[in-house]
Amino acid sequence: MGSKTTYLEAIRQGLMEEMRRDPAVFLLGQDIGTYGGAFKVTEGLLEEFGAQRVLDTPIAETAIVGAAIGASMMGMRPVAEFQFLDFMGNAWNMINNFAARNRYRWGQGVPIVLRGPCGGGVHGGPFHSQNPEVYYAHTPGLKVVAPATAYDAKGLIKAAIRDEDPVIFLEHKFLYRRIKEELPEEDYVVPIGKAATRRQGGDLAIITYGAMLYKALEAADELAKEGVECEVLDLRSLLPLDEEAILQVTKNAGKVLVVHEDTRTGGLAGEVMALINEGAWEYLDAPPLRLTAPDTPVPYGPSMEEFFLPGTGDIMDAARQLVAY
Amino acid sequence: MAKTKTKRSTKATAPLTTRTSLDAKGHREIYRYMLLTRRLEEKLGNLYRQGKVVGGLYRSLGQEATAVASAYALGPDDFLAPMIRNLGSMLVRGVQPVEMMRQYMAKGDGPTLGKDLNNHFGDVAGRHLIAPISVLGSLVPVMAGIALGGRMRGDSIVALTYLGDGGISTGEFHEGMNFAAVNKLALVLVAENNGFAYSTPTANQMAVDSLVDRAAGYGVACEQVDGNDALAVYEASCRAVERGRAGEGPTFIEAITFRMKGHAEHDDQRYVPKELLEKWAAKDPLDRFRATLLDRKILTSEDFEAMEVEMRAELDAAQDLAEQSPPAPPERALEGVYYDTPRARDPRPRIL
Repeated sequence: MGSKTTYLEAIRQGLMEEMRRDPAVFLLGQDIGTYGGAFKVTEGLLEEFGAQRVLDTPIAETAIVGAAIGASMMGMRPVAEFQFLDFMGNAWNMINNFAARNRYRWGQGVPIVLRGPCGGGVHGGPFHSQNPEVYYAHTPGLKVVAPATAYDAKGLIKAAIRDEDPVIFLEHKFLYRRIKEELPEEDYVVPIGKAATRRQGGDLAIITYGAMLYKALEAADELAKEGVECEVLDLRSLLPLDEEAILQVTKNAGKVLVVHEDTRTGGLAGEVMALINEGAWEYLDAPPLRLTAPDTPVPYGPSMEEFFLPGTGDIMDAARQLVAY
Repeated sequence: MAKTKTKRSTKATAPLTTRTSLDAKGHREIYRYMLLTRRLEEKLGNLYRQGKVVGGLYRSLGQEATAVASAYALGPDDFLAPMIRNLGSMLVRGVQPVEMMRQYMAKGDGPTLGKDLNNHFGDVAGRHLIAPISVLGSLVPVMAGIALGGRMRGDSIVALTYLGDGGISTGEFHEGMNFAAVNKLALVLVAENNGFAYSTPTANQMAVDSLVDRAAGYGVACEQVDGNDALAVYEASCRAVERGRAGEGPTFIEAITFRMKGHAEHDDQRYVPKELLEKWAAKDPLDRFRATLLDRKILTSEDFEAMEVEMRAELDAAQDLAEQSPPAPPERALEGVYYDTPRARDPRPRIL
């Protein structure tokens, strides 16, 4: 009682509990067995579940996703780990052409989970920092989730494993060991497709997800000192989006700032703003704004990476503009 | 009436000498599936020329033995994934001609309800068929996963799929073959070396002489067979299936054959030298197997006549049925993307 669980441990707990619950659940990926995964998410699982259910694979993302697809059609529930989500793109053909459209084409579902770390802030450079969510969120047939809390990480990995369709599970590596919270003892899931309000406030709504949630909350606390109360909505699920929640916070505040760590053009903020335009136009008291990374690869050098990532100060600047409008 | 249809140069065709454990019934069934493949594809060719096929038509003329005899080596619990020139393998698994016709005509009651084309359909629960996708090589890792999933569930199943000389240039093939080899999975890959990948000759796909040279490096059992010899294909496939079932890992079978039509019906294959087509016409798999059946006294000329007549009636009836099928209702386009969402949103704008 009273012990706190990190975001990373929460994912591991979710995997373990699902593997104990359902013998069809198994893991496959690179270095996930003996080594316990590049970030140690699967540490200890080989010992409990054996090499059959914690399968180390060749460095072959296409084979990993393909094998997961095939096994899922045999009634298994594969969870594939990618050492970095930057590398998941190698399996794009299998994800897009096979997994995502299989049910639509011939009615055969592909219940697989593809998970791994995304995001910057750890000086990983152009190939260990990407935020690839929008490629997947633009693909009908997939579901995409991006938990920001340990509670959601555990609840969403369980929901993803129990889902009948392929789910992309984005783990923000910056959060792995930096956040922790007490989790319930009992089994729970966080439903896919539901956003969560993290802070109440009537002056402005900040809509965000992933590690940006914490910068948004920090900015909101600072803004509160200036008398500006922000509502902060954590999307949690990127496909499907919780349109009802997006429209509701817009209607509540009348002013909206969408923040994400991904780059700007074609980023998810554009989609969120389009939904707001269509569904809450007459409630708007200011043009919705978006704060994103610039349209560049993620730079390596800390000074540039800090510039690249939306920061608390950037959020406050944007919020003040909206308040003043 | 049937006389003119069966006029062919069987006199010049030597019977196969391949030794086989296959019984007389097996001989008859393999021949029948090969003939049905050819006649069904001819029927589809007619429908194509009448403008009733939606999109392209892909023939397996000259390759029927490879598809049929390999599929025939599987047991009922095994899994098969065809590629585009393996219609015959689907017939062996129990696919009905009317399904294939409905699918090719995009009918609303076809096996994919009009959502996908040609032989892109499957049936996991019943006939253990996995639907192909157009991207070559993709079935190799997926069928490795079928074999993996089967093993994890304790089922002694084998997964068989196909690929051409072009498809084995893909990364998907490499990754899937290697994954299957490392994990000793019961995967049988029948690689059809049919001379051309669309217009590209095999020499432009690889710098080695044969597909088995390429596959040997994966540490899997390799066999090269005459793909136009139904019995040789059957025997090699049986050995591969046994190996898989015994836990000895994947087998790569190179079936040497020839694509006697263009890539699809629109392609007149002018890039294929005439002499090659003539050479391979003399090795027609149906002619050779027919000569074998006559030679082994399994079927008589009269039996072949009767088979043709019966098959023509069956295919005519299937065509009548398929042509009566309705197209899909347009708004079905929105259905079936997700298990828990009945319909996608209609994208036509509405002021809310």
